[in-house]
Amino acid sequence: MRSLAFVLATFSLSAACGKAPEAESKAPAAPASSPAPAAQDPTVIKVVSSLPRTGSANPQTTTIVNGIKMAFEDVGWKVGSWTIKYEDWDDASAKKGDWDPEVEAANAEKAVKDPDVMIYIGTFNSGAAKISMPVLNKASLVMISPANTYPGLTKPGKGEPNEPKVYRPTGVVNYFRVVPADDIQGVVAADWAKKLGAKRVYILDDRGLYGKGIADVFDARCADIDVEVLGHEGIDPKAQEYKSLMTKIKGKSPDLVYFGGTTQTNGGQLAKDMIAVGLSCKLMVPDGCCEKSFITSAGADNVNGRTYVTFGGVPPKQQTGKGKEFVAAYQKKYSAEPEAYAIYGYECGQVAVDAIRRAGKKDRAAIMKAVAETKDFNGALGTWSFDANGDTTLKTMSGSMVKDGDFDFVEILGGGS
Amino acid sequence: MPTEPSTVETLVQQLLIGFTNGTVFALIALGYTMVYGIIELINFAHGDLFMLGSFLALTLIGWLGLTLVGTGGIVFGLIFIIVFCSLFCGALNWSVDRIVYRPLRSAPKLAPLVSAIGVSFIFQNIGLFWGGLTGRPSLLFGLILALVITPIAGLALAGVKNFASSRKMAMAEWLPRAATVMFGVAAFIVGLTLPSLSVDVFAGGTSAAAPKDVPNLISRANLFGSGVIQFTGKDLLVVLTTVPIMVGLTLFVKYTKLGKAMRATAQNPTAARLMGIDVDRVIGATFLIGGCLAGAASVIYAVYINTVNYQIGYQNGLYAFTAAVIGGIGNIPGAMLGGILIGVIRALSDQYIGAQWQPAVLFGILILILIFRPSGLLGARVREKV
Repeated sequence: MRSLAFVLATFSLSAACGKAPEAESKAPAAPASSPAPAAQDPTVIKVVSSLPRTGSANPQTTTIVNGIKMAFEDVGWKVGSWTIKYEDWDDASAKKGDWDPEVEAANAEKAVKDPDVMIYIGTFNSGAAKISMPVLNKASLVMISPANTYPGLTKPGKGEPNEPKVYRPTGVVNYFRVVPADDIQGVVAADWAKKLGAKRVYILDDRGLYGKGIADVFDARCADIDVEVLGHEGIDPKAQEYKSLMTKIKGKSPDLVYFGGTTQTNGGQLAKDMIAVGLSCKLMVPDGCCEKSFITSAGADNVNGRTYVTFGGVPPKQQTGKGKEFVAAYQKKYSAEPEAYAIYGYECGQVAVDAIRRAGKKDRAAIMKAVAETKDFNGALGTWSFDANGDTTLKTMSGSMVKDGDFDFVEILGGGS
Repeated sequence: MPTEPSTVETLVQQLLIGFTNGTVFALIALGYTMVYGIIELINFAHGDLFMLGSFLALTLIGWLGLTLVGTGGIVFGLIFIIVFCSLFCGALNWSVDRIVYRPLRSAPKLAPLVSAIGVSFIFQNIGLFWGGLTGRPSLLFGLILALVITPIAGLALAGVKNFASSRKMAMAEWLPRAATVMFGVAAFIVGLTLPSLSVDVFAGGTSAAAPKDVPNLISRANLFGSGVIQFTGKDLLVVLTTVPIMVGLTLFVKYTKLGKAMRATAQNPTAARLMGIDVDRVIGATFLIGGCLAGAASVIYAVYINTVNYQIGYQNGLYAFTAAVIGGIGNIPGAMLGGILIGVIRALSDQYIGAQWQPAVLFGILILILIFRPSGLLGARVREKV
């Protein structure tokens, strides 16, 4: 027991030591010990990103970071008289292998305390945004997300009753996203289902924040466009099989089954058991299943040619105009294909540059205001603006289907801004 | 496209699905109930043992290159895999008892229970590790070799303990156990250095935790032709393997000498020992048989459900344990009845009540049964334990 106490003591000591140099490293930029504006370096504007860099999201976030860097490289890391300094922070921990609430909270605090940080790009996960939004809001620090899609973060009435007010203690909008939210994706999915010839649909969801949210939107839209909803049920995402459920659904003979959920909430097994009971109708899933492991866990034979996936954006290969130029430049620079969200990272960087230029001074509130005033912005994603909630006016989505064990682009959905 | 099923047809279909699923639960439940019946230990690691078996089944399917196309080999391949996985799980279960539970036999009941939870976590992590071995055949081979060698070493070294079973020689108690573990580690290292079997065993992506797809080995064609009710070759396989195993087990316990010894030990270990029964051997045999059943169940599960991941042990273990409790824990026909009942309740609840209510309905019924029959459906006999 004594040795355990010793280990703990040593650990906390080393943890304390670990923090000290970090504080010191900031010292050259901030000679005075007080965090007052006097400590600012007047020639530098710092932009930080907080994304899960440890764990399975790493390939995706790496291309986002590359995209952000490319936006700054375009302007030679200089806006006006300021040098842009970019730091790539990790909000994941090895312990969780995914984003970690503690790390995200620490990142937000760190950004607020550093007087040079003017823009916070992040987060990747909607859950992480919930944590940092109120912290940054109190400091009038602007936050731009390349990937959050949960509607409640910005839209009143689309999430919990207290959302999004709870994330904006000061009442001012400081959070913006360049990617369309799930309430749009659900609507677009329902429209697409109708276009694919579905007249009778059966809706399932995983009872989670994301899955149920998007399935509810899909459900509501079906009523508006005269698609008959035969049933809407929540599944147990940990169950080992769904043969009985699928048999029941088969009895109602739907044209299409919609599943609001992810690969992690058993999308693969669901697809598999449809086939197992002889229900071979269409299956539509949202972007939570838009990853290769969905196909491998379902077994390619079970999803080929009948599974449709919506994605809250446009895949790299289908980009046009400036977006196409970005993809070409990315391929040239990194000799690799950008992942789906890379272009959204690039767009975040461009919005940041544009806002700093228009603000014309190194002041958090001014830059935040400039971001909010982004209007008819001609970026890689097209021409768009931020609305009063902080959402992009873009509603372009894409639909793919599973073909030969891979996602195959079918068409652009929703259309323009 | 078949016509809309009638109410009766739907009911029959759901009963069939429920029955088929239930027999798999029953097979796992038997392992729980047998061990509990004899040493009153709820072996929480049993579900995870089942999970390791299903990973082995998936790996063997890959190594043997079984596919739906090569119909001829499938029957023999499956028989081989069932036998091999049964032996593997049986031996593993036996060695867990030998290494972990047996030293705690006279300890308070809570000690082996907590150890069982520990073993369960170890197994889950081995499963997680196993799941991450896509495209790394030599590591995989090392792991399997270690899991096979360890029980064999344990078995061989068990003799050492009998050789020096004096109370004074405490070392002699620990030496075989430590050596057993060392053999396992050595086997793993040997496996690593062996030339790799260049077969990519399973396509499960790079994530260790991701569900793995088991290739479809049995045709999905409906045995009832184009009828409304579906009963495929897979369902037939499940029924054809589980039912004989359960009947065989019942006969075994009832009519063989070892079976009689097991029942005697269950009734009163001390008295059984006085009658000249080697209680330790009987308990070891119980773990072996329970493990074999879990192994057989794991292959059937992998082929029937077509998905394997490191968490299936927890889920199925929970249902199987519930089955054992509903039937009356310690009672073999009770476990079978409980398993089938759970399968049927789940199916009917999905059909007539709603998928989101399934766990609530299932466990609600469990509570009702236990209120009116506290010792389970067939567990009427109250054993007196000293």
